[in-house]
Amino acid sequence: MNLHEYQGKELLKKFGIPVQEGFLATTPEEAIKAYDQVVESSKSPVAVIKAQIHAGGRGKGGGVKLVKSREQAAQTAPQILGMMLKTPQTPGGMNGPGKLVRKILVTEDSFKPDFESCKEYYVSILTDREKKANVIIYSTEGGMDIEAVAEKTPHLVHKEYVHPLAGFQAFQARNIAFKLGLSGESFKNMVRFVTNLYKAFTESDATLFEINPCLKDGYGNILAVDCKVSLDDNALFRHSDLEAMRDTDEEDPAEVEAKAYNLNYVSLDGNVGCMVNGAGLAMATMDIIKLSGGQPANFLDVGGTADAARVEQAFRIILKDPAVKAILINIFGGIVRCDRVAQGVVDAYKNIGEIKVPIIVRLQGTNAELAKDIIDQSGLRVRSAILLKDAAELVREALLEK
Amino acid sequence: MSVLVNRDSRVIVQGFTGKEGTFHATQMIEYGTAVVGGVTPGKGGQRHLDRPVFNNVEDAVKAAGANVSIIFVPPAFAADAIMESAAAGIGVIVCITEGIPVQDMVRVKEYIRDFPCRLIGPNCPGIITPNEAKVGIMPGFIHQKGHIGIVSRSGTLTYEAVDQVTKAGMGQSTCIGIGGDPIVGTTTLDAVQLLMQDPETHGIIMIGEIGGGMEAEAAYWIKEHGTKPVVGFIAGQTAPKGRKMGHAGAIIGGAADTAEAKMKIMSECGIHVVKSPAEIGESMRILMKQ
Repeated sequence: MNLHEYQGKELLKKFGIPVQEGFLATTPEEAIKAYDQVVESSKSPVAVIKAQIHAGGRGKGGGVKLVKSREQAAQTAPQILGMMLKTPQTPGGMNGPGKLVRKILVTEDSFKPDFESCKEYYVSILTDREKKANVIIYSTEGGMDIEAVAEKTPHLVHKEYVHPLAGFQAFQARNIAFKLGLSGESFKNMVRFVTNLYKAFTESDATLFEINPCLKDGYGNILAVDCKVSLDDNALFRHSDLEAMRDTDEEDPAEVEAKAYNLNYVSLDGNVGCMVNGAGLAMATMDIIKLSGGQPANFLDVGGTADAARVEQAFRIILKDPAVKAILINIFGGIVRCDRVAQGVVDAYKNIGEIKVPIIVRLQGTNAELAKDIIDQSGLRVRSAILLKDAAELVREALLEK
Repeated sequence: MSVLVNRDSRVIVQGFTGKEGTFHATQMIEYGTAVVGGVTPGKGGQRHLDRPVFNNVEDAVKAAGANVSIIFVPPAFAADAIMESAAAGIGVIVCITEGIPVQDMVRVKEYIRDFPCRLIGPNCPGIITPNEAKVGIMPGFIHQKGHIGIVSRSGTLTYEAVDQVTKAGMGQSTCIGIGGDPIVGTTTLDAVQLLMQDPETHGIIMIGEIGGGMEAEAAYWIKEHGTKPVVGFIAGQTAPKGRKMGHAGAIIGGAADTAEAKMKIMSECGIHVVKSPAEIGESMRILMKQ
C-alpha cells in the first residue's frame, strides 16, 4: 500500500523527523487558506504547491509549482487541482492519460535562507531480498534520479546494511553523516534524522522509505522535503491507523472491487481475459495466451476456494473490460474439486445471462472428467479441455473466429 | 533415498486443531504420512485426529520423536511458530502460512541460522516424496514415485508440472515448493543442490517466476556443478514491468530479473528452457530418453 506525500510526512513527524511543513487542500478556497497558514508559520510569501498522487516525477508533468504571492497561489492552485497529471510513473507514462489530481499540498519553501546555502541529499530504506536484511541507501547527489546517479557515478551511492537482530547502530548513523560530508550541528541532526527514520521504517512495517531530497538548509537543519512511503500489506493487521490512510481513489476501480471479493486482480491491456487459481499458474496462463496469439487482458487469481459466487464475481469483473474477446478459465483442482468449479461456471453463466465472448474452460485435477461432462452437457457456448496444451489450442481457434 | 522427507519422517502439525490444520493433517494421514501429533498452545493433553496434542514443540519432540514440522498458524503468529520449531530441534520446518510480514521474516531468517534446521517456505505448498511422505497441501493423487525432482516457487503451477511428468510416464523423487515470498528459508539453489546430490533423482525441473535473482544463482551453479539434465520454466513472460502480481516476491525490479533475462541466463548455463508451461513434462521425457 502506498501513501501520499502528505500522509508520509505525518508518519515521519510522529517519529520526531523534521519535514517540510505544509497544509492539505482539496478546493481552491482551501488552497488559499493553506497558503495563508504557510505564510504565517514560515514568515515568507514564497510557497510550493504540490499535487498529491501516487506517482513519482510530479515536477516533470507540472504538478509542482513555486508561488511567490497570494495572487500567484490563487492562480496556480486551480490549475493543478483537477488536472490530469502525466509523469513517467503514471499509467502509460508521459504519453498516457495521466492521473486526476484531487488533493494538493501547499508547503513552505524549505530552501532557507537562500537556495545557494542549502544542500540536497538522497536517503532511502528498503529490504534487500538477496541479503535478507534492511539497507539504508544514501548519496550526496540528492534531488535527482537516483538510478541515473547509480549508473553514472556508483561511487557516490553508499549502503549501510542493518543487522536483523541487533538493529541499527549509532556508529552506522555516524558513518552516514560522515560520508555525506557533514560536520557540527548538521552532523548531529543527520545522525538523529537517520536513526529516527530507521525506527519509523521498522515500526510501521514499511517496504520503502525514499526521502529525495533530504535537505540541509543554511542553518544546518536536516529535513525531508519529499517522501515516498510504501507499506507491507501483510503487516497492516497491526497498523489500523496506517490502513485508514488507504486512498482507493488512487487505485484501479476494478482492482478495488476485486479486492472486496478477495480476488487478486490486475488489469492489463490485452484481449483475452483469464481466471486462474494460484498466482504462479495465473502468470503461466497469461504466457500461454501470448503464445496462442492473444494478449492477456488481466491477471486474476481466484485463490483456493473457487466456488460459484466467486467465479461469478470474477466473470463480472472480466466482462467489464470491453477489449476482452475471449475468456480462459484455468483451474488446477487440488483441494478444490473441479466438478464444483464447473458447476460454478455453469451457474454464473446462467445468472449473468448472455455472454457474448467465447469461453474456454480447462479444469484439471480432482474430478476433472466429471467436470468436463458438466460443462459439455450444459448446452452453453463453453469449450472445455483437460490438458493445458489443448486449452491453448482452443484459445488460438477462438481468436481466429470472427 | 529422496530428499528432506521420507518414510522415517515423524511429522507434527503446528496449528493442529484449527480448520486448516485439521483438514490438511487428515489429508496427510490418509496419504500415509507419519503424523505423530500436533501443537496447539493450551490444548496439550487432548487428542485430535486420534493423535496427541502438545502445548509446545519441545514436548512433541520429546514425547513423540518429531523431526519434521508443518505450520498452519495465522500470519501474525507464524514467525514465532518457526522460531519455536527451530529452537526445539526440528530438522525440517515447512511453513504453509501465506501473508507473513517481511520484517518478521528478516528476523526469523537470521534467528534460525544458529540451529541445524532447514526452513521450507513460507507461503508454499510444502514437500512430497511420493508413496512415502506428503508434508504439504498438494493433491497427493497426481504424484507417482519416480526419478524427477521438482523445485518451484508456485503452488498450482507445481501441480501442473507434476501432472505433466506423471502423464508423460515418469514419476517424481521429491517435489519441493519453496514459496513465493521475498524472503524464503530454502532458495532455488539450495533445493537444486539437494536434488543433484540425491541418487534417486535423475532429472530436475526448475520452475521460477519473475522477480529476484534466485533462478540465476541456481543456473550459474548448475553450469559449474550440474550432473543431471534440468528443464526450466519462468512464469511471467507477459507480466508488465513494475506491477505486483499476487506473490509479494514477483515484482520486476530491473533488467536481470525479468522472465526473459532469467530464461536467457538459464539457457546459457545449459538448462533446457521451455517457453510454454504446457511443454514441461514432454521436454523432460525427451531429455531423459537421451
